[in-house]
Amino acid sequence: MCLAAPGRIVRIEGTRAVVDFRGVRRNVQLDLLPAAAAGDVVLVHAGFAIQRLDPDVAADTIAALEEAEARLRAEAERGGPR
Amino acid sequence: MIATRPADHYREIAALTRAPVALMEVCGTHTMAIARHGLRSRLPPALALLSGPGCPVCVTPAAELDRAALLAREPGVTVAIFGDLLRVPGSLSSLERERAAGADVRIVYSPRDALAMAAADRARLVVFLGAGFETTSPLVAATLVRAREEAIENFLVLPVFRLIPPAMAALAADPRARIAGFLCPGHVSTILGTRPYEGLARAHRMPCVVAGFAPGEILRALVLLLRQIAESRAEVENAYETAVRPEGNPTARALLDRVFRVADADWRGIGRLPGSGLELREEYRRHDARARIPVALPAAAPDFERGCACGAVMQGRCAPADCAHFGTECLPAHPRGPCMVSSEGACAAHWRYGGAFRHG
Repeated sequence: MCLAAPGRIVRIEGTRAVVDFRGVRRNVQLDLLPAAAAGDVVLVHAGFAIQRLDPDVAADTIAALEEAEARLRAEAERGGPR
Repeated sequence: MIATRPADHYREIAALTRAPVALMEVCGTHTMAIARHGLRSRLPPALALLSGPGCPVCVTPAAELDRAALLAREPGVTVAIFGDLLRVPGSLSSLERERAAGADVRIVYSPRDALAMAAADRARLVVFLGAGFETTSPLVAATLVRAREEAIENFLVLPVFRLIPPAMAALAADPRARIAGFLCPGHVSTILGTRPYEGLARAHRMPCVVAGFAPGEILRALVLLLRQIAESRAEVENAYETAVRPEGNPTARALLDRVFRVADADWRGIGRLPGSGLELREEYRRHDARARIPVALPAAAPDFERGCACGAVMQGRCAPADCAHFGTECLPAHPRGPCMVSSEGACAAHWRYGGAFRHG
């Protein structure tokens, strides 16, 4: 349940940001990360940015987060693992 | 210096495992990653990785799931949940069964989606089932602050949040678990930072290492834990520097403190742990589903069916395969206990990916 996906902030719109997740753009709340700026790579959990990632984050770190989050999201949409 | 390739990590882990040793991964996402990548099968037989209580779906008491089911039966009430809560059984029912019987149970991606539902239809009460740990509770706090600001009075929360460090302290003090070190949760630590584990490391002589979720990151954290054990150290180390700062996320913690206060709480299969839950502060009580919508709960809500070993599994006292129901009566398609419901549960992870799951 604590899964989080990494994405890059494209622009800030008030208390939200438009975040790019491998080409898919979604709105993300910045309530927990008010100092975030365009260009930052952030971890997003349930629609909120929770932490900044180091800019030199390793590719396998990103891949592991993306993969786990995508799988859980798919499962959640089905209502659990089958 | 620490090696970076998995092969180097496996070599060092083998060299450092000189006697039987049990380490616990507290977080369900680690449980899933360890099982999925088959890490256990390449670890020395003397090293046991125990799966801990860090699965919100697993530790939410049956009585609270009963309450959620009864709330869903109330006319004019929508229950909004994260998808992994749909199938978890209480003692009466599950939200999946209530939905099939006609209740308005909706899966949301974010608590903000539930707030938007409430704003769009002020005639319905929208109850968000607030399960999760320190990663999740701050966003619900932020959503409640927004609900107050916009006076969205029909947005309610059933708070069943739990706090991870008190559960780790209880496990560290339990000799039956024989835990020699903790792989600390990665995303809970993005909020908490590393300081909450310091007292634990000192008081219980317990090595604690925060880990990321890539196989190499998990193995590196195991190396750091085994080095501490070999050198008789008990410290907090951060092996997920990419995302975890020592101070965590102070904004998130301030929001938590603004909306919630710490309370004693029951953990399914573990029991009551002091200071391990959150309840709404007075100012936010009008958004508390418990206070706003009274329901008649059954006098007793047993957490498990007879014979379910989920509680012992989550406390590191046995492996999933030690349970008589595992893989026979209890399967992901028809789970009998919560550890088989959640994809992050130890039993589901073990069933789906197999691997050498040993207990100590």
